[in-house]
Amino acid sequence: MRHLISPLDFSVEELDKLLDLASDIEKNPDKYKEACNGKKIATLFYEPSTRTRLSFEAAMLNLGGNVLGFSSAASSSAAKGESVSDTIRMISCYADICAMRHPKEGAPLVASLKSGIPVINAGDGGHQHPTQTLTDLMTIRSLKGRLDNLIIGLCGDLKFGRTVHSLINALVRYKNISFVLISPPELKIPSYIREEVLEANNIPYKEITHMEDALAELDILYMTRVQRERFFNEAEYIRLKDTYILDKEKMALANKNMLVLHPLPRVNEISVEVDDDERAAYFKQVQYGVYVRMALILTLLEIKAD
Amino acid sequence: MLNVGSLNEGFVLDHIKAGKCMDIYNYLGLDKLDCQVAIIKNAKSNKMGRKDIIKIECPIDVINLDILGYIDHNITVNIIHDGKIVDKKKLTLPKIIKNVVTCKNPRCITSIEQELEQIFILTDEKKQIYRCKYCEEKYSNK
Repeated sequence: MRHLISPLDFSVEELDKLLDLASDIEKNPDKYKEACNGKKIATLFYEPSTRTRLSFEAAMLNLGGNVLGFSSAASSSAAKGESVSDTIRMISCYADICAMRHPKEGAPLVASLKSGIPVINAGDGGHQHPTQTLTDLMTIRSLKGRLDNLIIGLCGDLKFGRTVHSLINALVRYKNISFVLISPPELKIPSYIREEVLEANNIPYKEITHMEDALAELDILYMTRVQRERFFNEAEYIRLKDTYILDKEKMALANKNMLVLHPLPRVNEISVEVDDDERAAYFKQVQYGVYVRMALILTLLEIKAD
Repeated sequence: MLNVGSLNEGFVLDHIKAGKCMDIYNYLGLDKLDCQVAIIKNAKSNKMGRKDIIKIECPIDVINLDILGYIDHNITVNIIHDGKIVDKKKLTLPKIIKNVVTCKNPRCITSIEQELEQIFILTDEKKQIYRCKYCEEKYSNK
């Protein structure tokens, strides 16, 4: 039985297969609409997340399956002090697969060690969010036609942004990838990503503070939100939150084929006037997120739809 | 000075950095063993100036010494059998450290579920970096 705990749990070949399946689902949704008949996904969300939870539930419903679960720790047995290991043993009797979000890092891994069903990490604290990475990869591959030969700009909170760390980890496995890391000095990429991932794999990168300096050369601009919940100091958050705002003026400096991605939710970092620009791909990204989660559920349940 | 001959079977841990012997005593869980342990603090050493030494009289398969490689790989481990040094163990960094050190990341699942095993994995041998199996935070003993 397989789980998805880290974005690197799948090899490049397995990832290609998964993304091929997701593309086929996009083109032939009817072929898959009963693939998970009689199957149930449990969404175990110990902290609120509308988008990710609904994306998993939509994915399972699109496959003809059913959903059950909880959407906050307060409404689960965790409030009574039940351990993750006990909860997953119980859930294994109710559902065929589960997606878990937990504020504590490593909780989905702990669950996978005791689980009788596949566990999908739907985000654990500031650690990993592998299905967002799959979503990002599918968006890039679908709209750019490739995952190699790309210059990727990552902008905003590169220190706490787990989606950024996971995406870098996933993309360094492809050929001819380079990064432009755009952030204020306070929110620079952690040194372990720089040393253990970028430098260890000989990946070209540069760190800059002004996004205008890079826009013309980028194939992808991945914007991120400065996350209030990661700051202990509110004044520091307020000082940094609007460092980067992508607007029409800045988009005019960008490459005409550059894609703008964002894991959402956005606050001010992308002006709404950019939404109508055909290079804005962040809402398409949400749709790709459902396809890729459908492909993931089928893959982990080892179901083939014909 | 230390009389190795007085040990029949066990270990002599030599060249311990002065002042560190009690840390090692605790890491190895020697307090839980029903055997003779001699601790020598601040012994004179030509090589180190001062050093600590621990002598343990016990069957040689009772203690897992892998953790010593993590604590200080310069420690000399003499294995004694029938009153003689039969081997000197070369210390290497253990690939996994289990239930010896604890994760200090307040966001780690081990911070709220204390029954979980504390497991650290060697991720960079050159830089001697260990990461928590669960949250992947780098272990720091500071």
